[in-house]
Amino acid sequence: MAITSPSLAERSQRLGLRLISKVGGLPVMADPKVRGRAERILNRGAHGGFKAQVAVGRAFTKSAGSGAATRPATTRRSGRFDLTPTEDQQMLQQAASDLADEVIRPAGSRADAERAVPDEVRDAMQQMGLALVGVPVELGGIAEERSAVAGVLVLEQLARGDMGIAVSQMATAAVATALALYGDSDQQATYLPHFTGDEPVTAAALALQEPQPLFDPFDLVTTAVAQGDSLVLNGTKALVANADRAEIFVVSAMVDGEARLVVVEAATEGVTIEDDPAMGVRAAHTGRVVLTDVTVPTTNVLGTTDDHRDAVRRGRVAWAAAACGTARAVLDQVTAYARERKAFGEPIGQRQAVAFMIADIAVELDGLRLATLKAASRLDAATDAAQVVGEVRALTATHAVQIGSHAVQMLGGHGFVKEFDNERWYRDLRGAGVLEGTLLV
Amino acid sequence: MIDLEVPRKFRPLVEQARGMAEEVFRPISRKYDLAEHEYPQELDLLSALIDGMGSAGAGQGAGASSSTRAKDEHEGGVAAVGSGRRHAAGAEVRNGSNMSSVLSILETCRGDVGLTLSIPRQGLGNAAIAAVANEEQKARYRGKWAAMAITEPDTGSDSGAIRTTAVRDGDEYVLNGEKIFVTSGERAELVVVWATLDRSLGKQAIKSFVVRRDNPGLRLVRLEHKLGIRASDTAAFHLDDCRVPAQDLLGDPEITTAGGFGGAMQTFDNTRPLVAAMALGLTRACLDTATELLAGAGVTVDWDRPAYAQSAAAARLLQMEADYESAHLLTLRAAWMADNGRPNSMEASMAKAKAGRTCVNVALACVELAGATGYSERELLEKWARDSKILDIFEGTQQIQLLVIARRLLGMSSSELK
Repeated sequence: MAITSPSLAERSQRLGLRLISKVGGLPVMADPKVRGRAERILNRGAHGGFKAQVAVGRAFTKSAGSGAATRPATTRRSGRFDLTPTEDQQMLQQAASDLADEVIRPAGSRADAERAVPDEVRDAMQQMGLALVGVPVELGGIAEERSAVAGVLVLEQLARGDMGIAVSQMATAAVATALALYGDSDQQATYLPHFTGDEPVTAAALALQEPQPLFDPFDLVTTAVAQGDSLVLNGTKALVANADRAEIFVVSAMVDGEARLVVVEAATEGVTIEDDPAMGVRAAHTGRVVLTDVTVPTTNVLGTTDDHRDAVRRGRVAWAAAACGTARAVLDQVTAYARERKAFGEPIGQRQAVAFMIADIAVELDGLRLATLKAASRLDAATDAAQVVGEVRALTATHAVQIGSHAVQMLGGHGFVKEFDNERWYRDLRGAGVLEGTLLV
Repeated sequence: MIDLEVPRKFRPLVEQARGMAEEVFRPISRKYDLAEHEYPQELDLLSALIDGMGSAGAGQGAGASSSTRAKDEHEGGVAAVGSGRRHAAGAEVRNGSNMSSVLSILETCRGDVGLTLSIPRQGLGNAAIAAVANEEQKARYRGKWAAMAITEPDTGSDSGAIRTTAVRDGDEYVLNGEKIFVTSGERAELVVVWATLDRSLGKQAIKSFVVRRDNPGLRLVRLEHKLGIRASDTAAFHLDDCRVPAQDLLGDPEITTAGGFGGAMQTFDNTRPLVAAMALGLTRACLDTATELLAGAGVTVDWDRPAYAQSAAAARLLQMEADYESAHLLTLRAAWMADNGRPNSMEASMAKAKAGRTCVNVALACVELAGATGYSERELLEKWARDSKILDIFEGTQQIQLLVIARRLLGMSSSELK
């Protein structure tokens, strides 16, 4: 359902203002600390103004940091089972939810067709500052502490609007989050201002995926071989979000037999980009990044082997969150459809064959969502998340895909044509359990 | 603050229940599977222990669904299991008796589902009393073991169509009809019987009556021979002019359009998460055993590597653990909602639906993965596969759960979505 009305840009501008008045009215806003945070979230675009579309290939001048890297603090557990988000998280969730309803959802079909996020949607999302949800305040972001749970809540809402648009915008955020989590102080000082400052990068990408079947993110074809103070990279990264516009890549490569993350500036010699359109998440304009004898300083290695492992896990949780959002859009739509659409003289929802599919969607979606939140809260508390992340991945790969299939089946032939969103959800939900990296919570 | 771990304060309770499962239930699990209808004497000692823990205030709720020890109202209190107490929604998030029940039943069912169902004074009838009885009745039935009699030969899932009648006669009701599938029917002291005051008035006229097991009008006609949960007796009764004091009608004796059947059905909002927990316990037992057996065969799960890059057996285990996680969290959510005064009818059914289907799938798959060892009586895997099926049937079949969920989502009544 493409809505290409000219009022979209207008609406997105007004949305920011409306959010301020809405959130501003909450009792919690009496707390000056909370108010300050809210202002940071909602008002980023106001000071400085955006100068988007900086040419790819800007120079990232090396800066020296203060010595110790700044890390988001781990959260302290309450020891109590609870599903209530904190006030901060609710605020972020609400902002993302309004953005999804007002701006993202209406643009989803067009963004998919054009393989691009419309400018006005991009502007609206950048103004909200949600992309800095994983960057600590001290580094110019908005996070008070580790924020995987907040990241899940935000991604879920954005992807409820549209997964492709959510991925396109939050793919850049993933690199900022990676720098905050794994970067040393020099790397943070060199690169993070290009995400938090007045002239942010057009795009950046966390490129872990490779094209070979049975891809294992811990057993890569891409290599980075030490030569003096340099690393020489060779390999191909597949389905990289916004590959043609990204100014910085964080790629994974085998260094001394272990998978690591390496920062590669897009302008480095030997980096070539090929188009790589996919079944879904088309708004993210995926491409291949081919690395041919790309030489970077050894200091561009980002974090440790464990950090690479952590990034893979966080990426899977992020994709699960996106799948939850899109699956929620499916559930909302098919529920309404089954009440209205009539066959054999009554609404199709009155037939068990249809009703049970809807119930199945709801059961599997809620189970996946709870597991995703559990994984995220473990990541925030820095407790062992390996198993639950693996489980979340398995649930995404099986049940989210099934929900996408149900989404089309429920509408029959109408589900198969582009008049409805369902065929896009089908394509996007397949991607969520397949793709690695790209997103990070 | 979002946190989906087992609450810290319930960890000792979980440990206790786990100890009971490992030390008491497991060693006699096969014995009572083979000796169907034999009373597990060992449980008498156990129930004395549970009662003792209850009065010491240390481990209330360590068994199945007791309803009679609900007195600890303050935050942090581990009240009785399945007590069905609904707390007013407050600012403070609580983890209460519904959560502790689910956690402890999961552990005991990891030991044995049939034996858990046979723990004296922890019957599903007790949960019904807790959900519907007034204070006077609760006090009168305290400490009694109550079974639940709903199903009739011609009405299974369609419990609104029961035919057992109750006719008022002075200070008594006279009950006539036939009841089947009464868990612990032989061993319990009380049987909660569903009967209709007037069949022409439909569901609203259905009431539950507490019938003493020694009532001469309540005649045990048969004990079933079953696929699984053989340690638990399943009885069939005839009610022939069974006279019950009027004060033993649970709840409101009037036939009103509101309440009535709905009230009786509310029992399920509390018991479904408990049955989901039973399914989780059985699933956990299967997965733990299969994991151990496969480790002996050199297969372990790598949680980080993609499932498709691992052996088929490891990938299967990974997927089963994932579905267990999903079912586990859906169940904890349903209990958490009840503890915090939120209506949870749909969420209780979601938990039951997911846990029920998961436990059957996992139990049968673990038999397959373990091959002859899984299928033979040398291990308990084949027994668990037989036991599992009932958990996707009683307290509402898989299909009934899906109906409850779909009706709620679609905003349709039972006459619209049949």
